[in-house]
Amino acid sequence: MAETAEKTAEVKPKDGLLSKKNRKLLIDPLDGNNPITVQVLGICSALAVTVQLEPALFMAAGVTIVTACSNVVISMLRNSIPSRIRIIVQLAIVSLWVILVDQILQAFFYDVSKKLSTYVGLIITNCIVMGRLEAYAMANKPWPSFLDGLGNGFGYGLILVIVAFFRELFGSGSLFGYKVFAAAGIPYMGNGLLMLPAGACIIVGIIIWVQRALNGYSEDH
Amino acid sequence: MQFLRKLLDQQKPMFEKGGKLERLHPVFDAFETFLFVPNHTAPAKGAHIRDAVDMKRLMMTVIIAMLPCLVFGMWNVGHQHYLAIGKEADMIQKLIIGLWATLPIIIVSYVVGLTIEFYFAVRKGHSVNEGFLVSGMLIPLILPPTIPLWQVALATAFAVLIGKEVFGGTGMNVLNVAMTARAFLYFAYPAQMAGSSIWIYLGGEKTVDGYSGATALGIAAETSANLPKGTEIGGAVEAAFAKSWTPELFTEWNLFWGAIPGSIGETSTLMCLIGALILIATGVGSWKIIVSAFVGTYLTGLLLNALAVNAFMAMPAHYHILMGGVAFGIVFMATDPVTASHTETGKWIYGFLIGLMTVLIRVFNPAYPEGIMLAVLLMNVFAPLIDFYVVDANKNRRKKRMKYATV
Repeated sequence: MAETAEKTAEVKPKDGLLSKKNRKLLIDPLDGNNPITVQVLGICSALAVTVQLEPALFMAAGVTIVTACSNVVISMLRNSIPSRIRIIVQLAIVSLWVILVDQILQAFFYDVSKKLSTYVGLIITNCIVMGRLEAYAMANKPWPSFLDGLGNGFGYGLILVIVAFFRELFGSGSLFGYKVFAAAGIPYMGNGLLMLPAGACIIVGIIIWVQRALNGYSEDH
Repeated sequence: MQFLRKLLDQQKPMFEKGGKLERLHPVFDAFETFLFVPNHTAPAKGAHIRDAVDMKRLMMTVIIAMLPCLVFGMWNVGHQHYLAIGKEADMIQKLIIGLWATLPIIIVSYVVGLTIEFYFAVRKGHSVNEGFLVSGMLIPLILPPTIPLWQVALATAFAVLIGKEVFGGTGMNVLNVAMTARAFLYFAYPAQMAGSSIWIYLGGEKTVDGYSGATALGIAAETSANLPKGTEIGGAVEAAFAKSWTPELFTEWNLFWGAIPGSIGETSTLMCLIGALILIATGVGSWKIIVSAFVGTYLTGLLLNALAVNAFMAMPAHYHILMGGVAFGIVFMATDPVTASHTETGKWIYGFLIGLMTVLIRVFNPAYPEGIMLAVLLMNVFAPLIDFYVVDANKNRRKKRMKYATV
C-alpha cells in the first residue's frame, strides 16, 4: 500500500494540499455538481430528516463524516481490493463508519438520535456514499478522496439545511425549536404541507429551479 | 364601443415595438383581446383550421357552464346560513349573504392568479392567455365558504406558480390547477379544510339547538366507523341521514338538488349536470370522460355493495354520485383538456378510473372523507401513461394487420 503511494508520488509532481485542483473537489459539489440538486442522489433522506433544522444538521454531519472517512479508507485499499468483490468491501467499510456515527449519536446526542431514528443506519444505502466510492475513491489517492468526500458531504448538507430551514420556519414557525414568529409577535399558522415529505420535495424542486436560473442551465430538447 | 376603440388605438403605439412601454405589450394585448375581437386572423392561403372557437371562447364556455353552479352555490351558502341560525329568509336575502361570503373569495382568487399570470407573460414576452379565467372561478367553487382569504391567496399563488408556470404555463401543466390549489390547502391547513365546522357560513351568529355542520360524506364515514357491533349494516347510513338535525336535509332529492352543506359550488348535482350539458353540447368537455366517470363511480359503488362488510360499503351506490363533490369534479375537473387523457380510448379508461378511485378513497381511507380531489390528481398523473399504452396498442394492432396483409 505504502509502496504504491510512494510510486505515484514519484511519478507525478506533488500537488499542494489545497491546490487549485483539490479546492475544486471541495467546492464543485456545493453548486455545479451538487449531489442532491444536480446528480439527484440521496433524495430519500433529504425528504425524511428535514422537518427540523437540528436533525438535518446532524444528518449532514453524519453523511459528511461517513463519506469522507470511507473515501479515505477505500482509497488506501483501492489497489488491493479485487474488483469483483469491491461492492461488498465498500459496504463493509461504509457500515463501519455508519455504526460509529450511530453509536456516537446515541451516546452523546440521544434526543437527536431518536429523531433521526432509522435514517442514520440508512446512510449505508445513501447513494452519495456509494457513488463517491465508486466514482472517485477507487481511482484516486487518499487526500483528494478525503476532500471529495468532504465536498460532497457539504453539498448534501447545504441542501439539507436550506430545505430544513424553510420547512421548520414555515411549517412550524420556529428555528432550532425556537418559535420565531411567536417571539416577533406575529400570529402564524404552521403550514402542514411543509411538514409532509411532499413539501420537502417541492422545496427541493424550487431550489433546483433557482439554481438552474442562476447558472443559466437549460434543458436540451 | 367606439370610444374604447379610440382610446386603445391612441395607446397602442406606446406598447408596440420601440414604444416606451414595449415590455408591457402582453398586458395591453390582453386587455385589447378581452375587449375586442382580435384582428389577427388566419391568412387566406395555406392549410389552417378555420373555426370561430379560440381559447378565449373555449374558456368563456366553461365559465358559462359553471354559472348555474356558482349562482346556486351563492344561494345555498345563504340558505345554509339561515337554516343554521334558525331564521326565515327569502331568496334575495339568501343570495345577499351568499354574495357577501363568496365574492371576496372569488376576487382574491382572480386578483392573485391574474397578477402572477400577467407577471409571467410580461417576463416571458408571451401574450397573456385566458387559461386562468376558468381556474380562477373553479378555485372558489371548491372551497368551503368559511375559508380565510389569505389561504385562498396562498393556495392560488401556489397552484399557478408550482402547478402551472413552473411547467411552462397554460397547456403545459401536469395537474389540474384548481385541484392543486385545493390539495395544497387540504394538506397545509387541514383545520380550515376538513371537519364539520367549516361548511356553513355563520357570520358570527348563534346557531339553533341540535345544529351540526357535518356533510353527507362526513356523516356516512362516521356512521360506518362508530356503528355499534351487531347492528345491521344495510340501511345504517340512510338511517343516519334521516336523523339529520333539520328535517329532510339529506334526503335523496335534497342531495341531488344540492341544498346541503359543502364547498361553495359543488353541492348541487343538478346544476353540475346542467353544466355538463352545456359542455357536451358545445363540444368543450369530453362526454366520454363525464359518462365513464359517472359509470365508474356507480359500478364501484355497486361492487362495494356486493362485498359490503361495513355500513359505508353497504350504502346504496347512487348516493356516491349525489353526495360530495364528485359530480362537480367529474364535470369541471376531470374534463380539463390539458390534464386529461388525449386519446379517445384513453378518455374512457381515465374517466372510469377517476370514478373508481373516488369511491375507493371515500370508503376505505378514513383520513379523506372526499375522494374526488385525490382521484382527479392521481389520474392526471397517470393520463400520459394511459395515452402511451393506447397509442402503443394501436400501433401493434396496425403492425399485425400489415403483417397479415403482406402474407
